[in-house]
Amino acid sequence: MTTAAPHNVPETVQAETLDLAARFPGLVTPDERAGYSGWIVTADHLVQVALALRDEFGYDLLSSVTGVDYLPEGKMEVVYHAFKTTGGPGICFKVQTGRDNPEVPSLVSVYPGAELQEREAWDLLGIKFTGHPDLRRILMWEGFYGHPLRKDWQEPYYEDEAKPFKSRSPEGHVYRFEDRNPFGDNVRYPEDFDPEKWIPENPEDLLYQSLKTYRAESPDSIETEHIVVNMGPQHPSTHGVFRFVVALDGEKIVNLKPVMGYLHRNHEKIGERNTYLMNMPYTDRLDYLSPMSNNFAYALTVEKLMGITPPERAEYIRVIMAELTRIANHCMCIGSLLNDLGAFFTPMIYLLEERDLILDIFEATAGARMMVNYFRFGGVARDIPEDALEKIKGLAFERLPRILDEMDRLMSENEILRARGIGQGILTAEDAVRYSATGPLLRGSGIPYDIRRADPYSIYDRFEFDIPVGKNGDIYDRYIVRLEEMRQSVRIIQQALKQMPEGPIVVGKPQYQFRPPVGESYGRVEGPKGELGFYIVSNGKPNPWRYHVRAPSFINLTAFGPMCIGQKVADTVAILGSIDIVLGEVDR
Amino acid sequence: MSEELNGKGILKGLSVTLKRFLATYWDDIKWLGRRYRTAEGIAHRSSKDARGIFTIQYPEEKLPPPEEFRFVPFLVYEEKEDGSREIRCTSCGICSKVCPPQCIWIVRTVDPATGRPRPEPAEFYIDIDICMNCGFCAEFCPFDAIKMDHDYELAVYDRKQNVYGLEKLLKPVRYYAQIRPLNNAREEEARRIKASTRPPAFVTGEKE
Repeated sequence: MTTAAPHNVPETVQAETLDLAARFPGLVTPDERAGYSGWIVTADHLVQVALALRDEFGYDLLSSVTGVDYLPEGKMEVVYHAFKTTGGPGICFKVQTGRDNPEVPSLVSVYPGAELQEREAWDLLGIKFTGHPDLRRILMWEGFYGHPLRKDWQEPYYEDEAKPFKSRSPEGHVYRFEDRNPFGDNVRYPEDFDPEKWIPENPEDLLYQSLKTYRAESPDSIETEHIVVNMGPQHPSTHGVFRFVVALDGEKIVNLKPVMGYLHRNHEKIGERNTYLMNMPYTDRLDYLSPMSNNFAYALTVEKLMGITPPERAEYIRVIMAELTRIANHCMCIGSLLNDLGAFFTPMIYLLEERDLILDIFEATAGARMMVNYFRFGGVARDIPEDALEKIKGLAFERLPRILDEMDRLMSENEILRARGIGQGILTAEDAVRYSATGPLLRGSGIPYDIRRADPYSIYDRFEFDIPVGKNGDIYDRYIVRLEEMRQSVRIIQQALKQMPEGPIVVGKPQYQFRPPVGESYGRVEGPKGELGFYIVSNGKPNPWRYHVRAPSFINLTAFGPMCIGQKVADTVAILGSIDIVLGEVDR
Repeated sequence: MSEELNGKGILKGLSVTLKRFLATYWDDIKWLGRRYRTAEGIAHRSSKDARGIFTIQYPEEKLPPPEEFRFVPFLVYEEKEDGSREIRCTSCGICSKVCPPQCIWIVRTVDPATGRPRPEPAEFYIDIDICMNCGFCAEFCPFDAIKMDHDYELAVYDRKQNVYGLEKLLKPVRYYAQIRPLNNAREEEARRIKASTRPPAFVTGEKE
């Protein structure tokens, strides 16, 4: 896409530090396909290798699990990315299996954080994970026909394998999609299928069946009947269309299962039909409260694939925008957490005012308040206008420090917040890592893992900032971590404003269609909600072959059930509020 | 549980809300009638100095959209002195190729005498139900022919009206210069330099 000479992207650094092939001769081979890196593990020995990676080599955080459908080769591949919570680059290992009946051992026993992600890979790609405790569909409903991310699966409004479609110009006679829907009623069913009468073949597939799989403990050995309560999807405390089902013993929760997918639109399938650039505005719609971070992660990943770096000024603009978005996101999160706790809209409105001022800056710079579409590969779309720059300075140097102190006075010592927050919804540091939690959820549990520091990207190694951590891993700690993170973001913005040089904001001449070299790339940023990663496989065409989003709010929900067990129903609302989810990203 | 629940924290918090409550009235008195429904009042309420109430009372008051603000695209035409319109668009189709949700349809004009394409659109449709306001069409148009609008009040009773044709999309350069003065000046300048450095090239409309 640009004329700049590609700089050398370091091939996965672990090759020097860690030779898995020597440790497991015959079981692990290096991935030698051009543009690929990491290790290929034989399916039978996956658990053994994963155990060694976790216990011997210290890769304790399994960040991303996803599958790739290599249709031409007739293969399915499961790709794992693991990192150390002490920092440094990660390791990527893969398992290959046949396409007809793909089966891979589950890693839930080693990394419980893989639970929801393996379910997603089963749902969307049809890869069976043997030994998974609860392998049900997760984003599609139980009776859904087919696995939509498979390359030979076609969606209802299917027109062509890849955009741009031929029917738009020069003979572009307009029509509406629904008028030409090949499946009539917008859904495709197997023959003789009646959704009203359908019962799954395997009763284990049913939600309420899986809810019953808990160890019944009655300390006083009195048998009591457990009742099932549904919260959501239309419940104000679930921050959108999230639903969770709880099994209750009296008022105490004995089991909780999240149910999601009500906002599912198969972002990844759309992304594989799109060209690389077309995906940029779609990423805004993932976590719509922090669009700049989404742009950032996607731009980084594609830049890694193409081997380009943005100019200095663009790097600074990116950092400023990403930190502003973090403040805006935490304003929203703290506001709605306090709402959930009963502080009806006073903190929310106060914080929304700050968020609005930040959105004004986005509007003046990027052109939209939320759907910014601001980053380009090798830079940003346009420079910050003079008046917006003045606004950022006013916010960073004058207003935000004052307001954050005011918010601290308003909330932090409030007795209700402390009573409902301290000691509630505890996630221990150990569990947080096991469940692959990232972001404020992990740091609230006392692990100082922040990708901006642990594995710096862009120019974050140039700034001074602290990583706030909590002590107990409860709701109150997560609140305090977020409040403190906003202060640190202000610090970063202040430094960036002082250091920002003049100069170009994008390398080369922007092109709307280009072909990155064949290969894979995993890029990640520290989003406001946690590690936001993109995994992209390119086959040299203008459209990505595989486009996967490692969504932090989705994966952070893995820990939601375990955190709630033993708590009261009313506490689930507060716990969910303290995880900070956005359904656009959970359901994708 | 918290060590002590003596209510000090709540009182401390209430002092913040009380301050904000008083600030609203203090600002109202200070601005005496100019704080609402005036341009400088709106600018003040959405600035870093805003205290107290900051709501903009839409639709009585409206925030002025900044120059870069973008909403659904429109097509720019030049007004000739004889009153005729010259559409800048050459129906090259780049906007329809770059459009992420593929909501732009273009039919190219074919000269009935020669059967060869002419560089202007015969039909141009944008389905604004599908348009995601990303602005790529305006960004990548080589002729400055398609631009993003500032008009965001587009509600209609029948969504069939939301497929915009040429008559709804075309707007004069005058309008464009009014909503985006800086951008327009920059583009005029670039065109002037280009025109002065080399003779105008023949545009085939198939340029890629």
